[in-house]
Amino acid sequence: MENLQLIIPELFISIMIMFLLIFGVFKKNSSQLVYNLTTVSLVAALALIINLDTQIQSSLFNNSYNIDSLARFMKILLILSGIFVMLSSSKYIQISKISKIEYPILILCSILGMMVMISSNDLIVFYMGLELQSLALYVLASFNRDNLLSTESGLKYFVLSALSSGLLLYGCSLIYGFSETTNFNQIMVNTKEIEYGLTFGIVFILVGLAFKISAVPFHMWAPDVYQGSPTSVTVFFALLPKIAALTVFIRFLYIPFYELGNQWQMIIIFLSIASMVFGAVAAIGQKNLKRLIAYSSISHMGYALAGLSTGTTQGVQSSITYITIYLVMNLAFFSCLFMLKRNDEYYENIDDLSGLSKNHPLLSLSLLVVLFSLAGIPPLAGFFAKFYIFVAVINEKMYFLAIVGLLATVIAAFYYLRIIKIIYFDPEKEKFESKHNLGLKFTLVASTFFILAYFIYPSGIVDIISQININ
Amino acid sequence: MNFPILSSLILLPTIGALFIFFVRSSNSQYQSSKYVALFITLANFFLSLYLWIVFDKSIVDFQFVEEREWISGFVNYKVGVDGISILFILLTTFITPICVITVNATIKNRLKDFLIAILILETFMIGVFCSLDLVVFYLFFEAGLIPMFLIIGIWGGERRVYSAFKFFLYTLLGSVLMLVAIISIYWITGTTDVIKLYELGIDAKYQNLLWLAFFSSFAVKTPMWPVHTWLPDAHVEAPTAGSVLLAAILLKMAGYGFIRFSLGLFPDASLYFVPLVYTLSLIAIIYTSLVALMQEDMKKLIAYSSVAHMGFVTLGIFTMTQQGIEGSIFQMISHGLVSAALFLCVGVVYDRLHTRLINRYGGLVSIMPKYAIVFMVFTLGALGLPGTSGFIGEFLVLMGAFKKNILVATIASLGVILGAAYMLWLYKRIIFGKLINEDVKKMVDLKRFEIVTLWLLVLPIIFFGFYPEPLINSIEVSVANMVNMNDLDKINKLVLGE
Repeated sequence: MENLQLIIPELFISIMIMFLLIFGVFKKNSSQLVYNLTTVSLVAALALIINLDTQIQSSLFNNSYNIDSLARFMKILLILSGIFVMLSSSKYIQISKISKIEYPILILCSILGMMVMISSNDLIVFYMGLELQSLALYVLASFNRDNLLSTESGLKYFVLSALSSGLLLYGCSLIYGFSETTNFNQIMVNTKEIEYGLTFGIVFILVGLAFKISAVPFHMWAPDVYQGSPTSVTVFFALLPKIAALTVFIRFLYIPFYELGNQWQMIIIFLSIASMVFGAVAAIGQKNLKRLIAYSSISHMGYALAGLSTGTTQGVQSSITYITIYLVMNLAFFSCLFMLKRNDEYYENIDDLSGLSKNHPLLSLSLLVVLFSLAGIPPLAGFFAKFYIFVAVINEKMYFLAIVGLLATVIAAFYYLRIIKIIYFDPEKEKFESKHNLGLKFTLVASTFFILAYFIYPSGIVDIISQININ
Repeated sequence: MNFPILSSLILLPTIGALFIFFVRSSNSQYQSSKYVALFITLANFFLSLYLWIVFDKSIVDFQFVEEREWISGFVNYKVGVDGISILFILLTTFITPICVITVNATIKNRLKDFLIAILILETFMIGVFCSLDLVVFYLFFEAGLIPMFLIIGIWGGERRVYSAFKFFLYTLLGSVLMLVAIISIYWITGTTDVIKLYELGIDAKYQNLLWLAFFSSFAVKTPMWPVHTWLPDAHVEAPTAGSVLLAAILLKMAGYGFIRFSLGLFPDASLYFVPLVYTLSLIAIIYTSLVALMQEDMKKLIAYSSVAHMGFVTLGIFTMTQQGIEGSIFQMISHGLVSAALFLCVGVVYDRLHTRLINRYGGLVSIMPKYAIVFMVFTLGALGLPGTSGFIGEFLVLMGAFKKNILVATIASLGVILGAAYMLWLYKRIIFGKLINEDVKKMVDLKRFEIVTLWLLVLPIIFFGFYPEPLINSIEVSVANMVNMNDLDKINKLVLGE
């Protein structure tokens, strides 16, 4: 029990969940207050994580809960994204009348689940975290319960996600059956030779995980859920679960089954190529911005997986860098989306952006920067993200993957350019409101500045990430 | 040299752009932002002129080299110039202020944004010409797409969206393979530093594929036949200043890339692919000249003539002789000046009559005599009349070609005749002939700022036509080094089995 202080952030969030729940129930009309308190407690949790001794590499609870540099970095990323999501969407949930006390508490719950996933070193702990975050997300997706699309997306997400969780659990049980343990490190020791059952287990778990990060061909839920959910939930979907699922991907592939790389490498390469190409092609025909960004995030996950497929530390680090930059880009994009408001109504079709640059030059400039960055055009941050991935991929002589990936960026460039065309080249429409709350403005300015200025000092993030050791 | 003169050259336009961006605008301040842009670009021009003067032309090495750690342990920000790149920097800083002057007449809306785009583009263009690291080069090379895409798309003509997309996607598609090649070079040799790579050399077994990857990028940008189709569209739809920058500088990035990277890094592969380049260049020279003959649209005609002229450039580079490469560089500089001037000339009449169709004009000589004079100089420059800079370039290229392959040289010479045909015919149809169109009679002759810009271009074209020494001097040592360094003659013998 003496090293319980290592999970203080998790404990703190759990306590805050319970406290806020009771507080919200007993105090009338406290939804805004609970929301703000949630943001504050996330900031506090962030401080607690940063405060932990960086040198510590230890496992708790019978070696089933890892506190290491990977977990630390990913948790900081997770909570930072959480804070920014809360800051940018506070106005949105008020206007779209989903400001209830459960909303921020559910977000806290899912963040807690993700933290457990990130640190998990055991199949059961990992599954527990996964379900905690998923259950909260089902409710969040259908939070706007008077809206047909929102309820549909919640239900769809629930049914498909439950199916994938089932597959995942079945995979876990197969692995348990063949390795006699659920602990990641122990699995590595116990599985020196390949058995069919074990391979099946790996495949089932990979399918479940691919579903969580919406890699093709397990992506079907993503466009509908992204479009149907309230935008504040969509931005949450687009950012946080990806961090957690990617971390589990890394842990799962690189600790228990690192030796069996030849078993899973082809699967990851296939997922990666399919996601990159499909995401790019399918986004071309979209009319709804949220749906488009769903396909775009499918494609981006393909690149992150390409880094993982290399089987090297460098590849993993490039994936982590990629996801970091991806988070910032998506945050900036959704901040722009939150600004498309007129008479208490939010606009989310691509056509609504028509001629935006004439009325809102600064907003369109940020969108321009974000979209070019998403397309991976230098000197913006998105280019560097892809660059690191391809450096790792080409180092392993996987030229096919690299060339397909780069050609997919050209296809993807087309639909990003189409949005830019609509913003800059098309005739203008009615003005949007130009008054926004401070949190939203700050999020947009900070993330856009990060994307723009990344090239000045690209080593910063790489240096931090290169200190993460996986095994 | 402690003062980071090259980085200042790169950064100065961006600082200007930021200044224009952050100064709040009202309509009255549009003029002042124009003066800011003009001041910045002129300052940059004089800075690069100073660079050219203090540059030691007798030394082979790269000069004014700056190196800073950038992506730690991987890529260093490294810039430097040799005799070749300094000319292109000078060309860039010379053409950009001229573009800034022309915005008066051509850009009606969002002047501020336009100036910002041009300044940012200048940063990237200068960056391309002085970067000495492959990744840094790629960064600048690709980044230039963003401002150009916006320039064509926002301020372009009717089919601007189509042209902007075509321009962007063609170039991007060509370039991604180059990125694969650059990363591969890093893993093969352990560095992306161009100077180190010159010393290390790249194993011959990798060279062919790497060369092709670089070629795919440069061929699109040059543009070489058959991937040239984006250029006429982009030129026709771009505003005058955009066309000028595109023809004068952006195309030269590819020619520069061929010399610096294809020849410099992959000498064996370059030799291997000479027949391919010869063929494509000859097709570009002959076929696009014929296409140019048939054009009804002035800008399209000049765009096709650019493809033909760039065909001479690629031909000259891959003769791999002192004369051929020098001729190519000279041709690029000269074409930079001449094509810029021709597009400006088209812009002048387009602003008055709002059409680019050749048959709407005719008989301008009696209405606009001053215009007729400058246009004549540029026409003669484009067709390579002795006494203009165009002649020296073509002459040297053909000299190099004759040294290597008489058949190729002969066919290329035919291109000179065709060039004369379409340029003179264009001149005849616009300037001479009967005054039929009533609107043409109302046209006024050159305004003051037009006279200034056009004569600024006339002077170097004629000056370098009679006295090419300064340019040749500047590139001579570097080109000789390039030819000797790769020991091309030795490889020639190896290949031919002598």
